[in-house]
Amino acid sequence: MLTLQFIPFQEIEKLDSKERINKLLKVVKEEKIILLEGSIKPEEQSELIRRTMEDINDKFKGIEISPIYFENKEDKDFIKKIKEKLLNLLLGDRKGFTIIGPATIVKEIKQDPDKIQLLTQDSKSSSKKSSRSRKKK
Amino acid sequence: MIKAFKKLINSLFKDWFKDNREVKLGLYGPPNGGKTTLANKICQDWLGEDMGRTSKMAHETREVQIKEQITIKKNDKELSFSLVDTPGIATKIDYEDFIKAGMKESEAKERAKEATKGVIDSIKWLDDMDCVIVVLDSTKDPYTQVNITIIGNLEARKVPVLLIANKIDLKKSDIKHIQAAFPQYEVHGISAKSGEGVDELYEKMFELRKRALKNKKK
Repeated sequence: MLTLQFIPFQEIEKLDSKERINKLLKVVKEEKIILLEGSIKPEEQSELIRRTMEDINDKFKGIEISPIYFENKEDKDFIKKIKEKLLNLLLGDRKGFTIIGPATIVKEIKQDPDKIQLLTQDSKSSSKKSSRSRKKK
Repeated sequence: MIKAFKKLINSLFKDWFKDNREVKLGLYGPPNGGKTTLANKICQDWLGEDMGRTSKMAHETREVQIKEQITIKKNDKELSFSLVDTPGIATKIDYEDFIKAGMKESEAKERAKEATKGVIDSIKWLDDMDCVIVVLDSTKDPYTQVNITIIGNLEARKVPVLLIANKIDLKKSDIKHIQAAFPQYEVHGISAKSGEGVDELYEKMFELRKRALKNKKK
């Protein structure tokens, strides 16, 4: 059974980088897939990878992680660009989602413009087991 | 007579205006992107020797390797730098993958252990780089967390970056896919194996070094 744990941004907002990484790794090691509101900073991402490598053993093989941004890549006019910049400024790291899962469960996270696919280890033969579609904004 | 005098003055004072500050150029990317193949190509072209071993199996490079004092000469210009070849960065390492590739269990476990250490070292070395060439496999999906993390970290550290789409000699190669994933960067296509595009890469490395030196002054 797959367990998906939603972590709202406010739950990590006030934590420092070390605490954030500890929290995320703890949940992943419980063999749960995290759906995090927003994203972590690039420096936190590399630190998460570093910590993951330190913790790898026969049971914990690492993580699969993928940010999901709801970005409209179509040509935008000036007003739309300003609106987007303002939204970025207001939301910051709260924008989009990040999926993090244990590598023993999540084999791959694929992102097409309109679809997010989680390829799980159990579904090697049947390929895509879990997928979620989203509409372009 | 005047020509000979000019030549003498040039040779005497040329070095005065040359920027000899050492620049550390890192090769970063996911495993099996062709970093060591490119490092070998650069070292063969300018030093006449290889830098490291390459293999089809992931995580062949598990230690950071450095070649100091490489000098590229192009159209009367000279570019000196230290080349740092780093182990591929990954978010997961499973020794069973090495067993599937034909290794014995003990050997596979040892390789996995060394590979995790290699990733940690690569990340640590990010802070020491003056400029970086990110080597991506142009036959693979560029939208991966590893690529995003590497490029995001370099961006955050304000390290000048050159994005390379390697393996353009292969049929499945798609430079446009990489360009679409990282539209803020110019992507240069090469085949480190056949040498295609490497001459143009050397030209781009002059520009990269210039940007790195500008950063050092700040």
